[in-house]
Amino acid sequence: MTDHHAAAPPAGPVPWDKAFALKLLADMVRIRRMEEKSAEMYGAGKIRGFLHLYIGEEATAVGALHALSPEDNIVATYREHGHALVRGMGMGAIMAEMYGKREGCAHGRGGSMHLFDKATRLFGGNAIVGGGLPLAVGLGLAGKMQNEKRITACFFGDGAVAEGAFHESMNLAALWKLPVLFCCENNLFGMGTSIERAESQTDLCVKAASYNMPALKVDGMDIVAVHEVTKQAAQRVRAGEGPLFVEYQTYRFRAHSMFDAELYRQKAEVEEWKTRGPIHTFSARLKAGGKLTEEEFLAIDAAANAEVEAAVAFAEAGTWEPIEDLLKDVHTS
Amino acid sequence: MSRKLNYREAMREAMHEALTNDPRVFLMGEDVGMYGGTYAFSKGFLDEFGPERIRDTPLSELGFVGAGIGAALGGMRPIVEVMTVNFSLLALDQIVNSAATFRHMSGGQFSVPLVIRMTTGAGRQLAAQHSHSLEGWYAHIPGIKVLAPATIEDARGMLAPALADPDPVVIFEHAALFNMEGGLPDDWNVDISSAKVRRAGKDVAIITHGGSLPKALAAAEQLAAAGIDAEVLDLRVLRPLDTATIAASVAKCHRAVVVDEGWRTGSLAAEVMARIMENAFFELDAPVARVCSEEVPIPYARHMEEAALPQADKIVAAVKGFFA
Repeated sequence: MTDHHAAAPPAGPVPWDKAFALKLLADMVRIRRMEEKSAEMYGAGKIRGFLHLYIGEEATAVGALHALSPEDNIVATYREHGHALVRGMGMGAIMAEMYGKREGCAHGRGGSMHLFDKATRLFGGNAIVGGGLPLAVGLGLAGKMQNEKRITACFFGDGAVAEGAFHESMNLAALWKLPVLFCCENNLFGMGTSIERAESQTDLCVKAASYNMPALKVDGMDIVAVHEVTKQAAQRVRAGEGPLFVEYQTYRFRAHSMFDAELYRQKAEVEEWKTRGPIHTFSARLKAGGKLTEEEFLAIDAAANAEVEAAVAFAEAGTWEPIEDLLKDVHTS
Repeated sequence: MSRKLNYREAMREAMHEALTNDPRVFLMGEDVGMYGGTYAFSKGFLDEFGPERIRDTPLSELGFVGAGIGAALGGMRPIVEVMTVNFSLLALDQIVNSAATFRHMSGGQFSVPLVIRMTTGAGRQLAAQHSHSLEGWYAHIPGIKVLAPATIEDARGMLAPALADPDPVVIFEHAALFNMEGGLPDDWNVDISSAKVRRAGKDVAIITHGGSLPKALAAAEQLAAAGIDAEVLDLRVLRPLDTATIAASVAKCHRAVVVDEGWRTGSLAAEVMARIMENAFFELDAPVARVCSEEVPIPYARHMEEAALPQADKIVAAVKGFFA
C-alpha cells in the first residue's frame, strides 16, 4: 500500500473581495452539509442504490464552476451532487432525485448518479467511468460548428484516465481544437485502486501533453488556486486556443460509495489529508485576512443546514411518479 | 415514372439532400472525406461541403460515436458513419449507455437526435471479424430505433425521416446490396415505422430483412415454379417491430419462415417467432420455421461461408418442409 503524503495545508492571503470569497465558502459548506445529510438519509433507507460522496473535494467543483459562465456546458460523473448544486440546481431537486421522487431533477429515474439539468446545461451525471468525455468532445464540436461562445467543461476522475474513452477524447479534442476544458479530479483512487497500481505514468499532465494539449496541475484542496487556474484555463479555451487539461489534486475523505470498507488505504493517510480540508483551511485564511469572522462562518453554516432541512422536507413531501409513466420518454414522442 | 439507380447512389443522394437542406447536418466517420467513403457513399462531398461538415475521424469508434451523441445534444444533426457493424462493438458503450438512455434517464430533458449508419453482413469472404450481423443486438435496446433498408426506395428514403426523428436511429446497410440496381418511382414515399410486403402470396410468409431480402425473393420465385405462392415480408424497421403487419401476413398464409442472417440463438428471428406465437398462434397450420446463420464464426473460404449463411435454397427447403 503506497502512502500518499499530504503537502502542507493551503495557506496565504485570499486575493478576492469579501463577498465573492464568502460566496465560495458558502457553496463548499452547502455541499458538505448536503452530503452529510445524504449519507444519513442513506443510512435511514431514504436514499438507495449507489451513493458517492464529494466530501473533501469541495474546493474543486466550487472553485472551478465559479470560473465558468452560465452558457457553458457541464459534463460530470456519478460523484456530481456538488457540481449540480453549485451550477444552480436546487438542493430540493437534488435531494428529491436521490429519494427517487417525481420532484427530482429527473423525476427519480436517475438517482444520485444521474443528475441532469437542461436549465443549467448539466449533461449528467454519467456513471460509466470515462463515458462523459466523448460527449464533451461532441458538445464542444457542436459549439464550435455553431460559432457559440460557450465552452464545455468535462469533469472526470483519475480512474477515467485508464479508459480508452479518455485517450480517444483527448486526441479528438486536440486534433480538432475544440473548446473543451478537461477537468480531472485526481483523488488518487479509482474506487479502491490507487493511481500507482493503475497507471504506468502517474503524472497525468504528461498524458495530456502527449496529445499536444496544454496541461495545468493545481492543488485541488486550495480553492483560490483552483479558481484562478480554472479561470485562466477557461479564458484560453474560450479564446479559441483549443482544449486544455487541468489536473486538480484532491482527496476523498469518505469511502468510495456506501459499500466500501476502505481496506486499500491507511486511516492515518486520510487523517493527514484532512489537515488540508478545503473548508477549514480556506476559513482560516479568510479569518487571518480579516474577511471572515466566526459569527459569519456560523451564519453560513446555519444557512446551509437550513437549506438542507428544507431540501429533505421537499423530498419527503415529494410524490412517486405514477407507474403508468414508466415508458414515458423512452422516446421523445 | 421511375428512374434507375443503385443502392449506393440512392444512399448518396439521401445524404446529399440532407446536407443541402439542413446546415445542422454533418457527416462524420472514418474515411468519409478525402477517401470518398469506404464504399464511395460520400464521394465528392468533401469538395462540396467542406471539411467541417464532412469530417474524417481517426480510428476511434468510441470517441467519435460519443462525439456524435454530444454534438446531437449540442444542437447538431450528425450522421455518424461507423465503417462496419464489426467496429461498432468498440462504440457500444456510448450507444447503449448514453444515446439510448439520455432521454428517459434525464426525465425527458435531453433527446439525442443522432443517426448512426453502418455496413453489416457477410458474403464477401471477409472472415470472422468482418462478417457480423448484429442487428438483433441493437434491436434489443430500448431508446434507439433500428432500420434495415433493403430496397432502392428505402436506401433513398429512410435517412430523412431518421434525421427528423428526435431520438437516436441506427441504420444497417447490408454490403451485399450496395451494387443492387432498381427503379425508384418518382412518387416514392418512405416511412420508418412499418414492415412491407415485397411480394404478395398466400401459401407461406417468408419474413426477413436486409441482405436476406433478395435471397427470400429468389426463393419465392423458385417456389412459384413449384406451385407454392410465397409472400415475402420485409421487416425494414427492426425496432420497434411492426407486429401487426407480421401477424397479418401469418393470418393470410398460415405458415411462416423467418430468415435472418444473425445467428439462430437469441436472434431477431427468435423475437419475430415469439411475436407470432403471441399474436397469431391460432392462425398457424404448422410450427414457424427459421433460416439463420449457422452457429459458427463466419469462415473465409467461399464454400464454407456460403454454407454458414442463409441461402435461397435453404429457404426453399424450409418452405417445402411445410408441404412434405
